[in-house]
Amino acid sequence: SADIISTVEFNHTGELLATGDKGGRVVIFQREPESKNEPYNQGEYNVYSTFQSHEPEFDYLKSLEIEEKINKIKWLPQQNAAHSLLSTNDKTIKLWKITERDKRPEGYNLKDEEGKLKDLSTVTSLQVPVLKPMDLMVEVTPRRIFANGHTYHVNSISVNSDCETYMSADDLRINLWHLAITDRSFNIVDIKPANMEDLTEVITASEFHPHHCNLFVYSSSKGSLRLCDMRASALCDKHSKLYEEPEDPSNRSFFSEIISSVSDVKFSHSGRYMLTRDYLTVKVWDLNMETKPVETYQVHDYLRSKLCSLYENDCIFDKFECAWNGSDSVIMTGAYNNFFRMFDRNTKRDVTLEASRESSKPRAILKPRRVCVGGKRRKDDISVDSLDFTKKILHTAWHPTENIIAIAATNNLYIFQDKVNSEMH
Amino acid sequence: MFVRGLKRKCFDGEEDIEGTLAGIKAIPSYNLQRQSLLDMSLVKLQLCHMLVEPNLCRSVLIANTVRQIQEEMTQDGTWQMINTQSTGQASLDRLVSTDILCRSSREQAEGKHVPGYSTFNKDFEGDQARDSSETMSTAFSVQAPRNLQSNVWEMETSQENKGNFQKSLDQIFETLENKSPNSVEDLFSEVDNSYYDLDTMLTGMMGNTKMGHCDGLETFSSPTTTTSNSNCKSDLNELDHIVEILVES
Repeated sequence: SADIISTVEFNHTGELLATGDKGGRVVIFQREPESKNEPYNQGEYNVYSTFQSHEPEFDYLKSLEIEEKINKIKWLPQQNAAHSLLSTNDKTIKLWKITERDKRPEGYNLKDEEGKLKDLSTVTSLQVPVLKPMDLMVEVTPRRIFANGHTYHVNSISVNSDCETYMSADDLRINLWHLAITDRSFNIVDIKPANMEDLTEVITASEFHPHHCNLFVYSSSKGSLRLCDMRASALCDKHSKLYEEPEDPSNRSFFSEIISSVSDVKFSHSGRYMLTRDYLTVKVWDLNMETKPVETYQVHDYLRSKLCSLYENDCIFDKFECAWNGSDSVIMTGAYNNFFRMFDRNTKRDVTLEASRESSKPRAILKPRRVCVGGKRRKDDISVDSLDFTKKILHTAWHPTENIIAIAATNNLYIFQDKVNSEMH
Repeated sequence: MFVRGLKRKCFDGEEDIEGTLAGIKAIPSYNLQRQSLLDMSLVKLQLCHMLVEPNLCRSVLIANTVRQIQEEMTQDGTWQMINTQSTGQASLDRLVSTDILCRSSREQAEGKHVPGYSTFNKDFEGDQARDSSETMSTAFSVQAPRNLQSNVWEMETSQENKGNFQKSLDQIFETLENKSPNSVEDLFSEVDNSYYDLDTMLTGMMGNTKMGHCDGLETFSSPTTTTSNSNCKSDLNELDHIVEILVES
């Protein structure tokens, strides 16, 4: 179970794809360059580097284990030949630098090929060392360790568009860090009540605005979004904008609050919209409209009558992520039974696809799936009661510019490409 | 994965129930399922205690659900009625599979009702609109011996559960925010808290309330038992305190 993938993230060009798993490992895939001979055969992703990011720790003060599971990975914008990413577990964020080495110096005067010191009496002439090609080696080094910033579990990290700072959010607090400074951080949001008995709401996700370095959003377990402006005050407990949809009285139940809890929030690439995921829906919010989302899509409404059972087996607490495509025209999120859903915002059409070995042979075309709720049942339909709730797709990612998606299904990673429509619409 | 053979439709379909107050058959169904949900939630919170590092978001959501149920039960005035109705039912209607945990929480839930008995009794009997008051009076007589039996059961199991609960209590204690004086402190006064800074505490989020649960399990015994319990009175006071917190009165 240490192989269970816990996060998936493309870098800014889409050339690299990073995954983190429950065992604290990070695996980076690199897209092979397109072959000149076959221009339509787009590059595939192969393993580029694997490293152990986090190890299990023991908090002696509280007698508790700190899991090494990687909760989130975020890439830094590339500024030189090296790549950098941030990875975090529940408590500690680390900055990793990934470099390539494909040449090595040879012909030292004082050392031999293996690095041992030469017997000086054998050196009769001087030579200039030269760089010679070698097999590509990918080196990963930890450059910064941002520790002791969080009492509660870190659920999100987000790199600022200024490329100098980033934020990390736990259940009750959000901290702002400078990428070069590890011994202190600034607390910018704190919703911990004076008396923990009064705690009724926690932070579930947060993200910086893609263009405005002073704006960020965070979501809560009560289904609200708060947009904060760091220019307004040092401590952003007071939001600039509060996005909340009034409860639908006809759908009210004891589970209303739980299913309204936002599990993920993502700004659109344009920066105009926000995408949220709660248990049954994905919603698109316009930054200028706080009263309700502009679009709501049902992910698996057939589960609405099963909430009691899903509460009993804890599935109701599953945190699904969501993603935009590069042009913000299609949104994607995972579901159960290894299904994932895509919604086209323009055509209003949606599709359910499955990530499984049986249906995903290389070059095979994915067949749309359907869940039937009773009544007429078509061939190949799955009935609600046959859904496998242990097969959940929580983590998905979309290539920044092309129609390539990465789907994490438990301990398997699927990468799907749309060869027909490779251009974004 | 889903429980098969449920007698009743899951009560997510609340619309069916509202407006059928007159139908006695409908009310017990909804109330039983609500009670079942309450019990399940309390068990989940206890399990939170036993986990290494409880998921705070999950705990908060479950606690909020418990509060909602308690509030609705208070408003309905069905607090007592639920108590008597549920005593007669077997664990068939319980959605939680683990029997011991299920019963422990049920006893606890029943136990909590006892001190509240006198408080809610008044409201209930004053409510003319409810035909079920008739059922209530007959149920009262059933209540007393039933309670005795159930508490004897609890005494027996409390021994075996003590080991588990002691461990979880130790863990809870380590994460407890020990700031307000109450009988909890008395119980655990021998442990030194000087290490613990408020900010390094984990989710003692319902601090006293959680302690209250386990307290109820550990030390609660009804007045009818023969076990000598020097702090019986303080337990009852504490249970009032718990009820107060949960009901937010």
